[in-house]
Amino acid sequence: MLIAVSWRNIWRSKTRSLVVITAITLGIMAGVFSTAFMKGMMDKRIETAIRTELSNIQIHDSLYRKTSELRYYMQGGDLLARKIDTMSHVAGVTRRIIVQSMVSSAETGAGVKIMGIHPDDEKQVTDIAEKIVEGKYFEGIKRNPIVIGQKLAGKLNVRVRSKVVITLQDLDNNLTAGAFRVAGIYKTSNTVYDESNVFVRYEDLARLTDMPAGACHEIAIRVDNDQYTVPVQQSVKKIAPGLEVLNWKQISPEMSYVTAVMNQYMYIFIMIILLALLFGIINTMLMVILERHKEIGMLLAIGMSRARIFSMIIIETVLLSLTGGLTGIILGTLLSKYFEVHYIDLSMFGKGLEQLGYSSLVNTCIEPEMVVSVTIMVIFTGIIAAIYPAWKAIRYDPAEALRIE
Amino acid sequence: MNIIEIKDLVKIYDTSEIKVTAVDHIDLTFEKGEFSAVVGPSGSGKTTFLNLLGGLDRPTAGQVIIDGVDLWSLRPRQITDFRLRNIGFVFQSYNLLPVLTALENVEFIMHLQGWPKAEREKRARELLEAVGLGDRLHSRPGKLSGGQQQRVAVARALASKPKFILADEPTANLDSHATENPLDIMEKLNREEGITFIFSTHDARVVKKARRVITLEDGKVISDDNK
Repeated sequence: MLIAVSWRNIWRSKTRSLVVITAITLGIMAGVFSTAFMKGMMDKRIETAIRTELSNIQIHDSLYRKTSELRYYMQGGDLLARKIDTMSHVAGVTRRIIVQSMVSSAETGAGVKIMGIHPDDEKQVTDIAEKIVEGKYFEGIKRNPIVIGQKLAGKLNVRVRSKVVITLQDLDNNLTAGAFRVAGIYKTSNTVYDESNVFVRYEDLARLTDMPAGACHEIAIRVDNDQYTVPVQQSVKKIAPGLEVLNWKQISPEMSYVTAVMNQYMYIFIMIILLALLFGIINTMLMVILERHKEIGMLLAIGMSRARIFSMIIIETVLLSLTGGLTGIILGTLLSKYFEVHYIDLSMFGKGLEQLGYSSLVNTCIEPEMVVSVTIMVIFTGIIAAIYPAWKAIRYDPAEALRIE
Repeated sequence: MNIIEIKDLVKIYDTSEIKVTAVDHIDLTFEKGEFSAVVGPSGSGKTTFLNLLGGLDRPTAGQVIIDGVDLWSLRPRQITDFRLRNIGFVFQSYNLLPVLTALENVEFIMHLQGWPKAEREKRARELLEAVGLGDRLHSRPGKLSGGQQQRVAVARALASKPKFILADEPTANLDSHATENPLDIMEKLNREEGITFIFSTHDARVVKKARRVITLEDGKVISDDNK
């Protein structure tokens, strides 16, 4: 009965309650949507990082990542890759020779990471082949084709079929160079990546660096679902003793750190919204109990305990907050669900976002855990907002309250 | 049989500027089944007296003993519970909950007492029928006349099965035609069911029906007449 009374009390002053409910609705809707937007942006960044840059798991010689030296390659990488390819949940495996070196055009040069890849295997692991914006992915050029990023192409002032020269030290530390012709130009959502990574065929780079047959610096593994990354990593470790087997979180800890920090930011953001709403709710409830001074006096007089009156105010405030909160959550969720399948186009900020590695086309991502957390936070806000007005209400003196005309 | 004993009751309002003695050394007893009116001019202490009797205001000195319980020796929480279970109130401005129907208003006090839903609904219906509002069970106070609201208030006061009912100026907001009805009902309940009513009033119609009239002036009992 107390809940029924509290609920009906909310609608005694419809306009006032609707103003508060609308404020809560808009605040929570904005909070839920912003959170889903930020989460979607982060997920997209991680997905891009895995799909384009990192893959799920990488294997290296234990000293390679520390030194980036050519000599720390894995012997028999081809056999290992074939074994891994047969494991469950492995969607693709590719081997790479990696050299940190220089690429030059007729006009200028740039320091880059040159990756010698097997184009068909690479397609199973990364999506560079899908990011080609000019030319073709290792097609159209028979001898020494190279695929470079759009940003680098602009910097070197080269186009498809232009010639570039790669200068590097081979395994014996001899300076050597190779002429390559641009077969394709790719563009990812990360301009820094585009500027500093070029792809050539494995055999061309192996020949240039004098690498032994089957050797490689990196084996990249793509897993069909990220939840299997760690189990697959454990299985790979068993068949690759002495090698460094890392998942993407270990390779790029800043990426998982940013995710964790972003989650915290989301909650802080919602809390700031709720804090602002809290004072609005307190103000409304103070007006409510002031208006009902005499009525509260009557309830005390007929024998309603102060604890019950306290509860009644708490319930009323929580119901008021929840009405706005749930409406906001539903609207925010619907809006977020819509943008889960329809892109939000931020291309007007695209340049800045791409420099940070973020795509300018964002899909939102709403998680049930987040919806539950926000609901709990709204209830909690309602309770906090009710405490002071409820405390004031139970301080009323019934005899004095009943004297009010 | 005495159900209320008032011993040397004093209430002084002590502000920083002035001391006002609202109730001045009153000794009275009320028996079960009384239909009594406390009368006196404005400021004579009627309402304060009823508040002290009903456990709403703490006396400066003296005792209010209800059915052997010294009311003001109880802790505040116990006094609230005592009011809930032993004292019925009818107020001048009815003071019904506007969001509840007549039936729910009567049920509410039984809900506070912990009655099961079915029983309290049955009793509330019976009481509203007894006060002549059987056809207005589901009307909210805003849809009822002043007299009808006061009858709901009487039913609410009876619902908790109190030892006595305190009615503070129950007819003050009612016109002459409306006054008779709630007053007649209270008189009938008193006569037929032996329910004790104590009014504070300066309404001649109430005084006329009361069987005992206690007159206060400056907080003192100046006459106590049984008719």
